[in-house]
Amino acid sequence: MSGFSLLEFIQQIINGLTLGSIYALIAIGYTMVYGIIGMINFAHGEIYMIGAYVGLLVITVLGLLGVDSISLVLLATLAISILVTGSYGWTVERLAYRPLRGSPRLVPLISAIGVSIFLQNYVQLGQGARDVSMQPVLTGGWRFGPEGDFQVYLSYMQVLIAVVTVSFMTGLTLFIGRSRMGRACRACSEDRAMANLLGIDTDRVIALTFVLGAALAAVAGVLVSMYYGLVNPFIGFIAGLKAFTAAVLGGIGSIPGAMLGGVVLGLAESFASAYLQTEYKDVVAFGLLIGVLLVRPTGLLGRPDVEKV
Amino acid sequence: MSLDLAKTTPATGASPLLQVRDLSMRFGGLLAVDGVQFDVLPDQIFAIIGPNGAGKTTVFNCVGGFYRPTTGSVVLDGQPIHHLPSHRIAQCGLVRTFQNVRLFKTMTVVENLLISQHTQLETGLLAGLFKTPRYRRAEAEALDRAAFWLEKVGLLAVANREAGNLAYGQQRRLEIARCMITQPKLLMLDEPAAGLNPQETRDLDRLINELRAGHGVAVLLIEHDMSLVMGISDRILVMEYGRPIATGTPAEIRSNPKVIKAYLGEE
Repeated sequence: MSGFSLLEFIQQIINGLTLGSIYALIAIGYTMVYGIIGMINFAHGEIYMIGAYVGLLVITVLGLLGVDSISLVLLATLAISILVTGSYGWTVERLAYRPLRGSPRLVPLISAIGVSIFLQNYVQLGQGARDVSMQPVLTGGWRFGPEGDFQVYLSYMQVLIAVVTVSFMTGLTLFIGRSRMGRACRACSEDRAMANLLGIDTDRVIALTFVLGAALAAVAGVLVSMYYGLVNPFIGFIAGLKAFTAAVLGGIGSIPGAMLGGVVLGLAESFASAYLQTEYKDVVAFGLLIGVLLVRPTGLLGRPDVEKV
Repeated sequence: MSLDLAKTTPATGASPLLQVRDLSMRFGGLLAVDGVQFDVLPDQIFAIIGPNGAGKTTVFNCVGGFYRPTTGSVVLDGQPIHHLPSHRIAQCGLVRTFQNVRLFKTMTVVENLLISQHTQLETGLLAGLFKTPRYRRAEAEALDRAAFWLEKVGLLAVANREAGNLAYGQQRRLEIARCMITQPKLLMLDEPAAGLNPQETRDLDRLINELRAGHGVAVLLIEHDMSLVMGISDRILVMEYGRPIATGTPAEIRSNPKVIKAYLGEE
Protein backbone atom coordinates (compact mmCIF):
# COMPACT_ATOMS: atom_id res chain seq x y z
CA MET A 1 0.00 0.00 0.00
CA SER A 2 2.75 2.43 0.95
CA GLY A 3 4.74 1.58 -2.18
CA PHE A 4 1.70 2.42 -4.29
CA SER A 5 1.33 5.89 -2.83
CA LEU A 6 5.05 6.55 -3.13
CA LEU A 7 4.93 5.90 -6.88
CA GLU A 8 1.93 8.13 -7.23
CA PHE A 9 3.74 10.79 -5.23
CA ILE A 10 6.72 10.59 -7.59
CA GLN A 11 4.39 10.91 -10.54
CA GLN A 12 2.94 14.10 -9.08
CA ILE A 13 6.42 15.50 -8.58
CA ILE A 14 7.24 14.82 -12.23
CA ASN A 15 4.01 16.45 -13.41
CA GLY A 16 4.48 19.35 -11.02
CA LEU A 17 8.04 20.02 -12.15
CA THR A 18 6.95 20.02 -15.79
CA LEU A 19 4.20 22.51 -15.15
CA GLY A 20 6.45 24.50 -12.82
CA SER A 21 9.16 24.83 -15.50
CA ILE A 22 6.67 26.49 -17.82
CA TYR A 23 5.43 28.85 -15.10
CA ALA A 24 8.98 29.71 -14.13
CA LEU A 25 10.00 30.56 -17.71
CA ILE A 26 7.08 32.96 -18.04
CA ALA A 27 7.48 34.33 -14.51
CA ILE A 28 11.02 35.54 -15.25
CA GLY A 29 9.62 38.03 -17.77
CA TYR A 30 7.33 39.55 -15.13
CA THR A 31 9.99 39.70 -12.49
CA MET A 32 12.74 41.22 -14.67
CA VAL A 33 10.52 44.00 -15.96
CA TYR A 34 9.24 44.71 -12.47
CA GLY A 35 12.78 44.71 -11.11
CA ILE A 36 13.87 47.42 -13.52
CA ILE A 37 10.90 49.71 -14.08
CA GLY A 38 8.59 48.69 -11.23
CA MET A 39 5.76 47.91 -13.58
CA ILE A 40 3.67 44.77 -14.02
CA ASN A 41 3.64 43.97 -17.72
CA PHE A 42 0.15 42.53 -17.98
CA ALA A 43 0.63 41.89 -21.69
CA HIS A 44 3.32 39.31 -20.94
CA GLY A 45 0.84 36.38 -20.99
CA GLU A 46 -0.10 37.39 -24.53
CA ILE A 47 3.55 37.48 -25.52
CA TYR A 48 3.77 33.86 -24.35
CA MET A 49 0.65 33.04 -26.37
CA ILE A 50 2.27 34.51 -29.49
CA GLY A 51 5.36 32.41 -28.78
CA ALA A 52 3.16 29.30 -28.65
CA TYR A 53 1.46 30.19 -31.96
CA VAL A 54 4.75 30.82 -33.71
CA GLY A 55 6.04 27.53 -32.31
CA LEU A 56 3.05 25.58 -33.57
CA LEU A 57 3.24 27.27 -36.96
CA VAL A 58 6.93 26.54 -37.43
CA ILE A 59 6.57 22.92 -36.32
CA THR A 60 3.66 22.40 -38.73
CA VAL A 61 5.57 23.97 -41.63
CA LEU A 62 8.68 21.91 -40.85
CA GLY A 63 6.44 18.81 -40.76
CA LEU A 64 5.06 19.63 -44.20
CA LEU A 65 8.58 20.12 -45.48
CA GLY A 66 9.39 16.63 -44.23
CA VAL A 67 11.93 17.59 -41.58
CA ASP A 68 11.75 14.77 -39.05
CA SER A 69 14.85 15.15 -36.92
CA ILE A 70 13.60 16.09 -33.45
CA SER A 71 16.65 18.12 -32.49
CA LEU A 72 16.54 20.07 -35.74
CA VAL A 73 12.82 20.81 -35.34
CA LEU A 74 13.36 21.88 -31.74
CA LEU A 75 16.31 24.17 -32.47
CA ALA A 76 14.71 25.78 -35.52
CA THR A 77 11.41 26.29 -33.72
CA LEU A 78 13.02 27.77 -30.63
CA ALA A 79 15.22 30.07 -32.72
CA ILE A 80 12.39 31.39 -34.89
CA SER A 81 9.92 31.74 -32.03
CA ILE A 82 12.46 33.57 -29.86
CA LEU A 83 13.26 35.93 -32.72
CA VAL A 84 9.64 36.71 -33.58
CA THR A 85 8.38 36.87 -30.00
CA GLY A 86 11.41 38.90 -28.91
CA SER A 87 10.61 41.51 -31.52
CA TYR A 88 7.02 41.63 -30.28
CA GLY A 89 8.37 42.25 -26.77
CA TRP A 90 10.64 45.02 -28.05
CA THR A 91 7.86 46.64 -30.10
CA VAL A 92 5.37 46.59 -27.24
CA GLU A 93 7.89 48.29 -24.94
CA ARG A 94 8.75 50.86 -27.59
CA LEU A 95 5.18 51.78 -28.54
CA ALA A 96 3.14 51.25 -25.39
CA TYR A 97 5.49 51.78 -22.42
CA ARG A 98 8.45 53.96 -23.33
CA PRO A 99 6.35 57.03 -24.22
CA LEU A 100 4.74 56.74 -20.77
CA ARG A 101 7.99 56.62 -18.82
CA GLY A 102 7.89 59.12 -15.98
CA SER A 103 4.09 59.14 -15.77
CA PRO A 104 2.30 57.79 -12.66
CA ARG A 105 2.50 54.03 -12.14
CA LEU A 106 -1.13 53.42 -13.00
CA VAL A 107 -0.76 54.76 -16.54
CA PRO A 108 1.60 52.11 -17.98
CA LEU A 109 -0.43 49.47 -16.13
CA ILE A 110 -3.57 50.50 -18.00
CA SER A 111 -1.54 50.62 -21.21
CA ALA A 112 -0.37 47.05 -20.53
CA ILE A 113 -3.94 45.83 -20.10
CA GLY A 114 -4.77 47.58 -23.38
CA VAL A 115 -1.90 45.84 -25.15
CA SER A 116 -3.04 42.52 -23.72
CA ILE A 117 -6.58 42.95 -25.10
CA PHE A 118 -5.19 44.19 -28.39
CA LEU A 119 -2.89 41.20 -28.85
CA GLN A 120 -5.63 38.69 -27.98
CA ASN A 121 -7.94 40.15 -30.59
CA TYR A 122 -5.20 40.64 -33.12
CA VAL A 123 -4.30 36.93 -32.98
CA GLN A 124 -7.98 36.04 -33.06
CA LEU A 125 -8.44 38.05 -36.26
CA GLY A 126 -5.41 36.49 -37.87
CA GLN A 127 -5.71 32.90 -36.67
CA GLY A 128 -9.35 32.50 -35.67
CA ALA A 129 -10.75 32.11 -32.19
CA ARG A 130 -10.87 28.31 -32.19
CA ASP A 131 -8.27 25.89 -30.91
CA VAL A 132 -5.48 25.17 -33.34
CA SER A 133 -3.94 21.76 -32.90
CA MET A 134 -1.18 19.63 -34.36
CA GLN A 135 0.20 16.13 -34.19
CA PRO A 136 2.54 15.58 -31.25
CA VAL A 137 6.16 15.80 -32.35
CA LEU A 138 7.69 13.73 -29.61
CA THR A 139 5.78 10.76 -28.24
CA GLY A 140 6.60 7.95 -25.89
CA GLY A 141 8.38 7.73 -22.59
CA TRP A 142 9.54 5.47 -19.80
CA ARG A 143 7.43 3.52 -17.34
CA PHE A 144 8.68 2.56 -13.92
CA GLY A 145 7.05 0.29 -11.36
CA PRO A 146 5.43 -3.12 -11.07
CA GLU A 147 3.47 -4.52 -14.01
CA GLY A 148 -0.32 -4.30 -13.61
CA ASP A 149 -0.08 -1.80 -10.76
CA PHE A 150 0.32 2.01 -10.75
CA GLN A 151 3.30 2.89 -12.90
CA VAL A 152 5.23 6.13 -12.94
CA TYR A 153 5.20 7.54 -16.45
CA LEU A 154 7.95 9.90 -17.52
CA SER A 155 7.45 11.07 -21.09
CA TYR A 156 10.33 12.08 -23.35
CA MET A 157 8.60 15.42 -23.72
CA GLN A 158 8.73 16.02 -19.96
CA VAL A 159 12.46 15.33 -19.96
CA LEU A 160 12.85 17.67 -22.92
CA ILE A 161 10.95 20.42 -21.08
CA ALA A 162 13.19 20.00 -18.04
CA VAL A 163 16.41 20.02 -20.08
CA VAL A 164 15.43 23.05 -22.19
CA THR A 165 14.22 24.98 -19.16
CA VAL A 166 17.34 24.28 -17.12
CA SER A 167 19.62 25.26 -20.00
CA PHE A 168 17.86 28.55 -20.64
CA MET A 169 17.79 29.41 -16.94
CA THR A 170 21.48 28.62 -16.61
CA GLY A 171 22.16 30.79 -19.64
CA LEU A 172 20.15 33.66 -18.19
CA THR A 173 21.83 33.35 -14.79
CA LEU A 174 25.27 33.46 -16.40
CA PHE A 175 24.27 36.39 -18.58
CA ILE A 176 22.94 38.42 -15.65
CA GLY A 177 25.77 37.46 -13.33
CA ARG A 178 28.78 37.61 -15.61
CA SER A 179 28.22 39.72 -18.69
CA ARG A 180 28.58 43.44 -19.03
CA MET A 181 24.96 43.98 -20.10
CA GLY A 182 23.84 41.74 -17.23
CA ARG A 183 25.79 43.90 -14.84
CA ALA A 184 24.06 46.96 -16.29
CA CYS A 185 20.69 45.22 -15.76
CA ARG A 186 21.49 44.60 -12.10
CA ALA A 187 22.65 48.18 -11.64
CA CYS A 188 19.46 49.50 -13.23
CA SER A 189 17.27 47.33 -11.07
CA GLU A 190 18.98 48.66 -7.96
CA ASP A 191 19.05 52.37 -8.84
CA ARG A 192 18.05 53.33 -12.35
CA ALA A 193 18.62 57.08 -11.99
CA MET A 194 22.13 56.52 -10.66
CA ALA A 195 22.96 54.07 -13.46
CA ASN A 196 21.81 56.72 -15.89
CA LEU A 197 24.04 59.34 -14.26
CA LEU A 198 27.00 57.01 -14.67
CA GLY A 199 26.44 56.95 -18.40
CA ILE A 200 24.36 53.81 -18.87
CA ASP A 201 21.67 54.16 -21.51
CA THR A 202 18.85 52.86 -19.33
CA ASP A 203 16.33 52.84 -22.18
CA ARG A 204 18.48 50.25 -23.91
CA VAL A 205 18.69 48.16 -20.77
CA ILE A 206 14.92 48.29 -20.37
CA ALA A 207 14.40 47.26 -23.99
CA LEU A 208 16.81 44.36 -23.46
CA THR A 209 14.85 43.28 -20.39
CA PHE A 210 11.65 43.12 -22.40
CA VAL A 211 13.34 41.16 -25.17
CA LEU A 212 14.86 38.66 -22.71
CA GLY A 213 11.53 38.18 -20.95
CA ALA A 214 9.75 37.69 -24.27
CA ALA A 215 12.42 35.22 -25.41
CA LEU A 216 11.90 33.05 -22.33
CA ALA A 217 8.12 33.30 -22.75
CA ALA A 218 8.64 32.12 -26.35
CA VAL A 219 10.57 29.10 -25.07
CA ALA A 220 7.67 28.34 -22.72
CA GLY A 221 5.22 28.78 -25.59
CA VAL A 222 7.11 26.41 -27.87
CA LEU A 223 7.38 23.77 -25.15
CA VAL A 224 3.68 24.03 -24.33
CA SER A 225 2.59 23.74 -27.93
CA MET A 226 4.81 20.67 -28.32
CA TYR A 227 3.52 19.18 -25.04
CA TYR A 228 -0.22 19.73 -25.50
CA GLY A 229 -0.29 20.22 -29.29
CA LEU A 230 -3.02 22.79 -28.80
CA VAL A 231 -3.18 26.60 -28.72
CA ASN A 232 -5.86 29.29 -28.81
CA PRO A 233 -5.71 33.08 -28.46
CA PHE A 234 -6.78 32.95 -24.80
CA ILE A 235 -4.13 30.66 -23.31
CA GLY A 236 -2.07 33.72 -22.36
CA PHE A 237 -4.55 34.96 -19.80
CA ILE A 238 -4.54 32.12 -17.31
CA ALA A 239 -0.90 31.20 -17.93
CA GLY A 240 0.07 34.83 -17.43
CA LEU A 241 -1.92 35.02 -14.21
CA LYS A 242 -0.30 31.85 -12.89
CA ALA A 243 3.19 32.98 -13.86
CA PHE A 244 2.56 36.36 -12.26
CA THR A 245 1.50 34.51 -9.12
CA ALA A 246 4.71 32.49 -9.30
CA ALA A 247 6.75 35.69 -9.60
CA VAL A 248 5.06 37.27 -6.59
CA LEU A 249 5.31 34.03 -4.62
CA GLY A 250 9.06 33.86 -5.24
CA GLY A 251 9.54 37.57 -4.54
CA ILE A 252 8.87 39.93 -7.43
CA GLY A 253 12.06 41.45 -8.81
CA SER A 254 14.14 38.40 -7.96
CA ILE A 255 15.09 36.08 -10.83
CA PRO A 256 15.92 33.02 -8.68
CA GLY A 257 12.67 33.84 -6.86
CA ALA A 258 10.68 33.55 -10.10
CA MET A 259 12.28 30.17 -10.83
CA LEU A 260 11.53 28.88 -7.33
CA GLY A 261 8.03 30.37 -7.33
CA GLY A 262 7.23 28.65 -10.64
CA VAL A 263 8.34 25.27 -9.39
CA VAL A 264 6.52 25.62 -6.04
CA LEU A 265 3.34 26.67 -7.80
CA GLY A 266 3.56 23.80 -10.30
CA LEU A 267 4.06 21.25 -7.52
CA ALA A 268 1.20 22.71 -5.46
CA GLU A 269 -1.18 22.49 -8.40
CA SER A 270 -0.12 19.00 -9.26
CA PHE A 271 -0.59 17.71 -5.70
CA ALA A 272 -3.91 19.49 -5.37
CA SER A 273 -5.26 17.86 -8.53
CA ALA A 274 -4.09 14.43 -7.38
CA TYR A 275 -4.95 14.41 -3.71
CA LEU A 276 -7.95 16.71 -3.64
CA GLN A 277 -9.79 17.23 -6.89
CA THR A 278 -8.69 18.81 -10.14
CA GLU A 279 -11.10 21.68 -9.49
CA TYR A 280 -9.15 22.60 -6.36
CA LYS A 281 -5.84 23.21 -8.06
CA ASP A 282 -6.39 26.93 -8.60
CA VAL A 283 -7.78 27.31 -5.09
CA VAL A 284 -4.62 25.75 -3.68
CA ALA A 285 -2.35 27.76 -5.99
CA PHE A 286 -3.81 31.14 -5.10
CA GLY A 287 -4.37 30.11 -1.47
CA LEU A 288 -0.65 29.38 -1.27
CA LEU A 289 0.07 32.84 -2.67
CA ILE A 290 -2.11 34.51 -0.03
CA GLY A 291 -0.55 32.39 2.71
CA VAL A 292 3.03 33.23 1.71
CA LEU A 293 2.26 36.92 1.34
CA LEU A 294 0.69 37.03 4.81
CA VAL A 295 3.79 35.54 6.39
CA ARG A 296 6.42 37.02 4.06
CA PRO A 297 5.08 40.02 2.13
CA THR A 298 8.25 40.22 0.03
CA GLY A 299 7.79 36.65 -1.27
CA LEU A 300 10.10 33.69 -0.72
CA LEU A 301 13.35 35.24 -2.00
CA GLY A 302 12.38 38.92 -2.29
CA ARG A 303 14.25 41.70 -0.58
CA PRO A 304 12.35 44.31 1.36
CA ASP A 305 11.85 47.39 -0.76
CA VAL A 306 14.79 49.72 -0.26
CA GLU A 307 13.78 53.28 0.45
CA LYS A 308 14.82 55.38 -2.52
CA VAL A 309 15.34 59.05 -1.87
CA MET B 1 19.46 93.24 -5.61
CA SER B 2 21.58 93.51 -8.69
CA LEU B 3 24.67 91.52 -9.19
CA ASP B 4 27.81 92.73 -10.83
CA LEU B 5 28.70 90.19 -13.50
CA ALA B 6 32.35 91.17 -13.47
CA LYS B 7 32.53 90.02 -9.86
CA THR B 8 31.00 86.61 -10.44
CA THR B 9 33.19 85.59 -13.33
CA PRO B 10 36.90 85.35 -12.74
CA ALA B 11 38.85 87.66 -15.00
CA THR B 12 41.58 85.19 -15.91
CA GLY B 13 42.73 84.28 -19.37
CA ALA B 14 42.05 80.53 -19.29
CA SER B 15 38.75 79.56 -20.86
CA PRO B 16 36.34 78.09 -18.34
CA LEU B 17 35.53 74.37 -18.27
CA LEU B 18 32.05 74.91 -16.90
CA GLN B 19 29.95 77.98 -17.56
CA VAL B 20 26.69 78.39 -15.70
CA ARG B 21 24.61 81.35 -16.84
CA ASP B 22 21.45 82.86 -15.43
CA LEU B 23 20.34 79.58 -13.90
CA SER B 24 16.96 79.43 -12.21
CA MET B 25 14.75 76.59 -11.10
CA ARG B 26 11.12 76.86 -10.16
CA PHE B 27 9.13 74.16 -8.39
CA GLY B 28 5.51 75.17 -8.78
CA GLY B 29 5.25 78.47 -6.89
CA LEU B 30 8.68 78.20 -5.30
CA LEU B 31 11.64 79.84 -6.97
CA ALA B 32 14.34 77.61 -5.47
CA VAL B 33 17.24 79.04 -7.44
CA ASP B 34 17.34 82.42 -9.10
CA GLY B 35 19.98 84.01 -11.34
CA VAL B 36 22.97 81.88 -10.44
CA GLN B 37 26.04 82.18 -12.61
CA PHE B 38 29.61 81.08 -12.20
CA ASP B 39 32.57 79.65 -14.08
CA VAL B 40 34.78 76.75 -13.13
CA LEU B 41 38.23 76.69 -14.71
CA PRO B 42 40.02 73.47 -15.63
CA ASP B 43 41.98 72.25 -12.55
CA GLN B 44 40.00 74.51 -10.26
CA ILE B 45 38.39 73.46 -6.99
CA PHE B 46 35.20 75.44 -6.74
CA ALA B 47 32.90 75.33 -3.73
CA ILE B 48 29.30 76.38 -3.26
CA ILE B 49 28.39 77.21 0.32
CA GLY B 50 25.41 78.71 2.06
CA PRO B 51 22.97 78.17 4.92
CA ASN B 52 20.53 75.25 4.78
CA GLY B 53 17.86 75.72 2.15
CA ALA B 54 19.95 78.18 0.14
CA GLY B 55 19.49 76.12 -3.04
CA LYS B 56 22.97 74.61 -3.30
CA THR B 57 21.77 71.10 -4.01
CA THR B 58 19.25 72.40 -6.54
CA VAL B 59 22.06 74.14 -8.43
CA PHE B 60 23.97 70.88 -8.29
CA ASN B 61 21.05 68.91 -9.64
CA CYS B 62 20.59 71.37 -12.50
CA VAL B 63 24.26 71.34 -13.46
CA GLY B 64 24.45 67.54 -13.20
CA GLY B 65 21.39 66.98 -15.37
CA PHE B 66 19.23 65.56 -12.60
CA TYR B 67 16.81 68.48 -13.00
CA ARG B 68 16.11 70.44 -16.13
CA PRO B 69 16.59 74.12 -15.19
CA THR B 70 13.62 76.45 -15.73
CA THR B 71 15.87 79.05 -17.35
CA GLY B 72 19.56 79.49 -18.00
CA SER B 73 22.32 77.47 -19.55
CA VAL B 74 25.02 75.06 -18.47
CA VAL B 75 27.96 74.75 -20.84
CA LEU B 76 30.67 72.14 -20.35
CA ASP B 77 33.81 72.55 -22.40
CA GLY B 78 31.99 74.63 -24.99
CA GLN B 79 29.03 72.26 -25.30
CA PRO B 80 25.62 73.12 -23.83
CA ILE B 81 24.53 70.21 -21.65
CA HIS B 82 21.42 71.42 -19.80
CA HIS B 83 19.08 69.77 -22.30
CA LEU B 84 20.91 66.43 -22.56
CA PRO B 85 19.70 63.20 -20.91
CA SER B 86 21.72 62.15 -17.84
CA HIS B 87 23.68 59.38 -19.51
CA ARG B 88 24.87 61.74 -22.26
CA ILE B 89 26.05 64.29 -19.68
CA ALA B 90 28.11 61.57 -18.02
CA GLN B 91 29.60 60.72 -21.40
CA CYS B 92 30.54 64.39 -21.85
CA GLY B 93 32.76 64.15 -18.76
CA LEU B 94 30.68 65.34 -15.82
CA VAL B 95 29.91 62.97 -12.94
CA ARG B 96 28.73 63.48 -9.38
CA THR B 97 28.32 61.94 -5.97
CA PHE B 98 25.30 62.30 -3.72
CA GLN B 99 24.76 63.64 -0.22
CA ASN B 100 23.35 60.28 0.80
CA VAL B 101 25.76 57.77 -0.73
CA ARG B 102 24.19 56.05 -3.74
CA LEU B 103 26.24 52.98 -4.45
CA PHE B 104 24.85 49.78 -5.94
CA LYS B 105 24.70 48.22 -2.51
CA THR B 106 23.99 44.62 -3.48
CA MET B 107 26.84 44.55 -6.00
CA THR B 108 30.47 44.06 -5.07
CA VAL B 109 32.91 46.92 -4.70
CA VAL B 110 34.70 46.04 -7.92
CA GLU B 111 31.43 45.63 -9.82
CA ASN B 112 30.52 49.16 -8.80
CA LEU B 113 33.67 50.33 -10.56
CA LEU B 114 33.02 48.19 -13.64
CA ILE B 115 29.50 49.57 -14.00
CA SER B 116 30.67 53.13 -14.41
CA GLN B 117 33.00 52.07 -17.21
CA HIS B 118 30.06 50.55 -19.06
CA THR B 119 29.95 53.17 -21.81
CA GLN B 120 33.67 53.08 -22.44
CA LEU B 121 33.44 49.32 -22.82
CA GLU B 122 30.64 49.35 -25.34
CA THR B 123 31.37 46.43 -27.65
CA GLY B 124 27.86 45.29 -28.49
CA LEU B 125 25.71 42.47 -27.27
CA LEU B 126 26.98 39.78 -29.61
CA ALA B 127 30.60 40.38 -28.65
CA GLY B 128 29.51 39.88 -25.05
CA LEU B 129 27.60 36.71 -25.79
CA PHE B 130 30.48 35.10 -27.62
CA LYS B 131 33.21 36.62 -25.47
CA THR B 132 35.31 37.77 -28.40
CA PRO B 133 39.00 38.50 -27.74
CA ARG B 134 38.26 42.21 -27.96
CA TYR B 135 35.58 41.87 -25.30
CA ARG B 136 37.91 39.93 -23.01
CA ARG B 137 40.69 42.47 -23.46
CA ALA B 138 38.32 45.36 -22.70
CA GLU B 139 37.09 43.54 -19.57
CA ALA B 140 40.65 42.92 -18.43
CA GLU B 141 41.58 46.57 -18.91
CA ALA B 142 38.48 47.62 -17.01
CA LEU B 143 39.53 45.38 -14.12
CA ASP B 144 43.01 46.89 -14.17
CA ARG B 145 41.59 50.39 -13.97
CA ALA B 146 39.30 49.29 -11.15
CA ALA B 147 42.28 47.86 -9.25
CA PHE B 148 44.21 51.10 -9.79
CA TRP B 149 41.42 53.19 -8.27
CA LEU B 150 40.76 50.77 -5.44
CA GLU B 151 44.44 51.05 -4.53
CA LYS B 152 44.24 54.82 -4.74
CA VAL B 153 41.30 55.10 -2.34
CA GLY B 154 42.53 52.28 -0.14
CA LEU B 155 39.79 49.74 -0.84
CA LEU B 156 41.74 47.02 -2.63
CA ALA B 157 41.43 44.65 0.33
CA VAL B 158 37.62 44.79 0.24
CA ALA B 159 37.24 44.58 -3.56
CA ASN B 160 34.93 41.56 -3.46
CA ARG B 161 32.76 42.63 -0.54
CA GLU B 162 29.21 43.82 -1.12
CA ALA B 163 29.33 47.61 -1.33
CA GLY B 164 26.47 47.96 1.15
CA ASN B 165 28.54 46.26 3.86
CA LEU B 166 31.39 48.79 3.80
CA ALA B 167 31.91 51.35 6.53
CA TYR B 168 30.47 54.76 5.76
CA GLY B 169 33.79 56.44 5.06
CA GLN B 170 34.77 53.61 2.74
CA GLN B 171 31.48 53.94 0.86
CA ARG B 172 32.18 57.64 0.32
CA ARG B 173 35.64 56.88 -1.05
CA LEU B 174 34.22 54.18 -3.30
CA GLU B 175 31.70 56.65 -4.67
CA ILE B 176 34.51 59.04 -5.57
CA ALA B 177 36.50 56.23 -7.19
CA ARG B 178 33.42 55.22 -9.16
CA CYS B 179 33.24 58.75 -10.56
CA MET B 180 36.96 59.10 -11.23
CA ILE B 181 37.19 55.87 -13.17
CA THR B 182 35.10 57.43 -15.93
CA GLN B 183 37.97 59.93 -16.41
CA PRO B 184 35.72 62.97 -15.99
CA LYS B 185 36.67 66.56 -16.71
CA LEU B 186 34.53 67.79 -13.84
CA LEU B 187 33.83 65.92 -10.62
CA MET B 188 30.90 67.15 -8.55
CA LEU B 189 30.87 66.25 -4.85
CA ASP B 190 27.73 66.83 -2.80
CA GLU B 191 28.82 67.28 0.83
CA PRO B 192 31.65 64.77 0.63
CA ALA B 193 32.68 65.29 4.26
CA ALA B 194 29.20 64.76 5.73
CA GLY B 195 29.33 62.06 8.38
CA LEU B 196 33.11 61.72 8.29
CA ASN B 197 35.30 62.01 11.38
CA PRO B 198 38.12 64.62 11.45
CA GLN B 199 40.76 62.10 10.36
CA GLU B 200 38.63 60.92 7.44
CA THR B 201 37.98 64.55 6.50
CA ARG B 202 41.73 65.21 6.37
CA ASP B 203 42.17 62.12 4.17
CA LEU B 204 39.42 63.40 1.90
CA ASP B 205 41.12 66.79 1.66
CA ARG B 206 44.32 65.07 0.57
CA LEU B 207 42.46 62.81 -1.90
CA ILE B 208 40.69 65.74 -3.60
CA ASN B 209 43.96 67.63 -3.97
CA GLU B 210 45.59 64.54 -5.40
CA LEU B 211 42.79 64.06 -7.93
CA ARG B 212 43.21 67.59 -9.15
CA ALA B 213 47.01 67.45 -9.27
CA GLY B 214 47.41 63.92 -10.62
CA HIS B 215 44.38 63.49 -12.82
CA GLY B 216 43.62 66.98 -14.08
CA VAL B 217 40.05 67.02 -12.91
CA ALA B 218 38.18 70.12 -11.87
CA VAL B 219 36.09 69.77 -8.73
CA LEU B 220 32.79 71.45 -7.93
CA LEU B 221 31.64 70.81 -4.39
CA ILE B 222 29.00 71.66 -1.86
CA GLU B 223 30.21 71.47 1.70
CA HIS B 224 29.27 72.54 5.20
CA ASP B 225 32.62 71.74 6.80
CA MET B 226 34.21 75.21 6.68
CA SER B 227 37.71 74.00 7.54
CA LEU B 228 37.63 71.73 4.48
CA VAL B 229 36.11 74.35 2.18
CA MET B 230 38.43 77.19 3.20
CA GLY B 231 41.50 75.00 2.99
CA ILE B 232 40.83 73.33 -0.32
CA SER B 233 38.90 75.73 -2.56
CA ASP B 234 40.29 78.09 -5.16
CA ARG B 235 37.02 79.95 -5.44
CA ILE B 236 33.82 79.95 -3.47
CA LEU B 237 30.26 80.91 -4.37
CA VAL B 238 28.02 81.83 -1.45
CA MET B 239 24.25 81.44 -1.80
CA GLU B 240 21.36 82.56 0.34
CA TYR B 241 17.63 82.12 -0.35
CA GLY B 242 18.31 80.75 -3.81
CA ARG B 243 20.43 83.71 -4.89
CA PRO B 244 24.18 84.16 -5.16
CA ILE B 245 25.45 86.75 -2.67
CA ALA B 246 29.20 86.59 -3.21
CA THR B 247 31.96 84.91 -5.20
CA GLY B 248 35.67 85.02 -4.50
CA THR B 249 38.73 83.40 -3.03
CA PRO B 250 38.48 81.94 0.49
CA ALA B 251 40.17 85.04 1.93
CA GLU B 252 37.74 87.37 0.17
CA ILE B 253 34.75 85.31 1.28
CA ARG B 254 35.89 85.22 4.89
CA SER B 255 35.96 89.00 5.07
CA ASN B 256 32.86 89.71 2.98
CA PRO B 257 30.29 91.52 5.17
CA LYS B 258 27.30 90.02 3.24
CA VAL B 259 28.56 86.52 3.92
CA ILE B 260 29.18 87.22 7.58
CA LYS B 261 25.67 88.63 7.82
CA ALA B 262 24.16 85.56 6.13
CA TYR B 263 25.96 83.17 8.44
CA LEU B 264 25.96 85.06 11.73
CA GLY B 265 22.97 87.34 11.37
CA GLU B 266 22.97 91.12 11.86
CA GLU B 267 23.69 92.84 15.12
